[in-house]
Amino acid sequence: MSSMSRELSTQNNSPRIPVRSSIWKQSFRQLVRNKLAMSGLAVVIVMFIACFVGPLFSPYSSNRIHMNIMNHAPNARHWLGTDALGRDVLTRVLQAGRISLTVGLASMMLSVFIGALLGAIAGYYRGIIDQIIMRIADLLLTIPSLPLLFIFGALLSEWKVPTDYRMYIVMIMLAIIGWPGLARMVRGQMLSLREREFMQAATVLGLSNHRKLFYHLLPNIVPLLIVIATLNIGGAILSESVLSFFGLGVMPPTATWGNMIDAANNMLDFQNRPWLWIPPGLSIFVTVIAINVFGDGLRDVLDPKKKR
Amino acid sequence: MTTVLSIEHLSTHFSTEEGTVKAVDDISFQVRRGETVCIVGESGCGKSITAMSIMGLIEGPSGRIIEGIIDFDERDLLKLSKHEIRNLRGNDMAMIFQEPMSSLNPVLTIGEQIVEPLIIHQKLSKKVAHQRAIELITEVGIARAEHIVKSYPHELSGGMLQRIMIAIAISCQPKLLIADEPTTALDVTIQAQILDLLRKFKDESGMSILLITHDLGVVAEMADYVIVMYSGKVVEEGEVEALFNHPKHPYTQGLLKSKPVIHERQDELYSIPGQVPSPLELTPSCYFHDRCEHCMSICKAEEPALKDIVPQQKVACWLYEEAVVHV
Amino acid sequence: MSTYITKRLIYTLVILLAASLLIFCLYALTPGDFISGNIKLSPERRAELRAIYGLDQPILERYFTWMNHALQGDFGDSLAQQQPVLKLFKDYVWNSFLLAIVSTFLTWLIAVVIGVVAAYKQYSWFDTLVMIGIFAAMSIPSFFIGLFLIKILAVDLKWLPPGGMMTTGSNATGLAYFKEVIHHMALPVIVMTLLGVGSLTRYFRSNMIDVIKQDYIRTARAKGMSERKVLFTHALRNALLPAITLVGFELPALFGGSLIIEKIFNWPGIGQLYMQSFSLRDYPLLMGFTMFMAILTVIGTLLSDLLYHVADPRVKLQ
Repeated sequence: MSSMSRELSTQNNSPRIPVRSSIWKQSFRQLVRNKLAMSGLAVVIVMFIACFVGPLFSPYSSNRIHMNIMNHAPNARHWLGTDALGRDVLTRVLQAGRISLTVGLASMMLSVFIGALLGAIAGYYRGIIDQIIMRIADLLLTIPSLPLLFIFGALLSEWKVPTDYRMYIVMIMLAIIGWPGLARMVRGQMLSLREREFMQAATVLGLSNHRKLFYHLLPNIVPLLIVIATLNIGGAILSESVLSFFGLGVMPPTATWGNMIDAANNMLDFQNRPWLWIPPGLSIFVTVIAINVFGDGLRDVLDPKKKR
Repeated sequence: MTTVLSIEHLSTHFSTEEGTVKAVDDISFQVRRGETVCIVGESGCGKSITAMSIMGLIEGPSGRIIEGIIDFDERDLLKLSKHEIRNLRGNDMAMIFQEPMSSLNPVLTIGEQIVEPLIIHQKLSKKVAHQRAIELITEVGIARAEHIVKSYPHELSGGMLQRIMIAIAISCQPKLLIADEPTTALDVTIQAQILDLLRKFKDESGMSILLITHDLGVVAEMADYVIVMYSGKVVEEGEVEALFNHPKHPYTQGLLKSKPVIHERQDELYSIPGQVPSPLELTPSCYFHDRCEHCMSICKAEEPALKDIVPQQKVACWLYEEAVVHV
Repeated sequence: MSTYITKRLIYTLVILLAASLLIFCLYALTPGDFISGNIKLSPERRAELRAIYGLDQPILERYFTWMNHALQGDFGDSLAQQQPVLKLFKDYVWNSFLLAIVSTFLTWLIAVVIGVVAAYKQYSWFDTLVMIGIFAAMSIPSFFIGLFLIKILAVDLKWLPPGGMMTTGSNATGLAYFKEVIHHMALPVIVMTLLGVGSLTRYFRSNMIDVIKQDYIRTARAKGMSERKVLFTHALRNALLPAITLVGFELPALFGGSLIIEKIFNWPGIGQLYMQSFSLRDYPLLMGFTMFMAILTVIGTLLSDLLYHVADPRVKLQ
């Protein structure tokens, strides 16, 4: 029987639906069709434009103090009212958004860069380098992140870092907290990728380590990185807001969404002037949910294993 | 011989983002008692979907049986309630699958998985069912059944797992056993053993087997009757001897020609030119026309019907339509 | 198996030791301390107090002293409260645990049920609704939703108390005491459940979707089993299996309290104790807390690992 059995050979190996375009283009088309993801992206874009361009059109300079219009409730002239110093809350929310969004974006890029690089190196070279990197990552993952962030924040305060620079240091803090998890994941991916057939093929072809790492392995984890990076922006914005809310992140007069909610720590503002702290809170919520929705859409398209 | 399964004008469609795929397109055939019917064809020709349609395992919302009659044991399965069809599944009709490794639940023991249909359908007590499970394992030719009953699927080889699948399938003495590529994932020596086992149970119990395969060796070994499918259609069917000796449809001829025969070595193995058409781009025509060496103008414009050509053999091809003027 | 566990244990201890050094150095680096923060003290008195608490010693020496005591189960005394750190933990930890266990239970219950149903009805309107809910829950800033609900439910509607564990001045006992505590914990439990339920529901939903597609689910259906049985005996077991690892990861949250929630709701738990001590720079307590969390984290990780090996018949320890 064995001599007779043979698969039907009908030159049927190529896919039946012809490949029309590259994987990236196809993914893009798929993404555009995902209505939920696209609306998420739209909200993010609107938020960015509003925060970065909006204040330019505001008739109210955010930092000028107006004693005669203190603590006004939302009205036709000040849509979200004014604060204790007579500043227009809407303008301040938008300007705070600049900082919050920048910190979120930048700290994400930093942590993805560090995490991907260290993870890839650890997963590719293995041995002693891997040991060192991953042990440091384990150590950082052992200490709970919030106390760690609080200590860093306290250090900043004691060292009298000028408020203008604090946002940059907050970015670095968040990146230090963020990279170990990422590195661990990238390393796992690398370890499984390097066992695959195409890597053995690359080795057989006699390619250099450097070439294998950067041309054959890294491109394979780029889709995953894009997804993680997108979702991490939301996380970073949330972390920044917590820190700033507790007075350990970016400090006034530089407004961020987090430190604007600090108004709620004042009993009077909390009970009677919700326009001071609810708008920044909602801004965080809306931005993060939009980023998460978009990131999930990206994941559907780019990460074949996580298809819905 | 009485007919166990009779399928008439069955169509199963899948809606995809690109359009509707007619995975099974208006097919009819019968399976008689104690008979082994083989459905052959390339992957994607709709043979597995036919099996799933019979078992009522087509999953919505994308897949749907559009029309047809599936007459099993004098009942139209498509008119039964979900509950009624559940009572038939695993009881009067059973199925085994291509991948024994993944077809058994990894977190349940072999025993737990064998007793399930016995408890549901035969209303056996747990204790009796357990005893019966051990007997079944022995019957499918696995030693140390008491030990196997307690083991998990990952502890067994693919061949053993397929035997377990057969044990589960025959546990309630079904009238019909559907085997979807039961040997494809197995080693060649194991393949023969599994086929022997199926034949043994068929001879003992008089059940019918609907065997789905792309392997003509398996067909030659097992079939009484053969159905050849292409792009969701039946293009030819007939008694195995007749069909193997005198294939009528150019596709069947191509299939048989591409099968290597020992002592008749050729310099180059024959293969049918071209590829299967995209299921989304089908127009009324013989779907095989662009790969057919006898293609005529009518083949591109109209669909041939399945007709009796000689006794016990049907073919859907314009070559055998007398009314058509050969161009 | 036993060599594996031994190896893991040794590694865990090494990591903990390294973590303790890191934690100690970080707090030691933080300028300002409880003594210099107290302006009522004269410089001489400060120096005296420093010497008493050993703060004038070099860092490494202080670390070894601290570590030495810690190994004997003594994390020092809280400077602000003049009580042993461990005793304070004992007083506060059960309040944290109460809040955490109730919300964790609710979170898991809701996540499993909704996750399974949503996966089964994938792409239905219910599923879409669940997905939107999941994203919303995952995107809420914890402190903001806490404040927001206090404002609406406690301040404006006055349905629930805004914070604390008991009404101020209340000395209820017995059943009345229980009722009062439940009344007070409702709001923080709601918030904590809300914060946790999103990602967990998503986790179960996607696990379940993966499982439902497996061949063995088709086999189960082909055997003629009812959908309910297919879902809850065949599918759910496989979907729950990887979740066992999560049980271990819940450990720090169960006993460590939630810094943010306890602070916002003024809940007398270990997290709030930390937040209070942080502004006072009460180092023995802060270090003790952070070390406590690190220990819980590594034990949790170890536990997850072992549980996974026990639960999955496919994984064999080497």
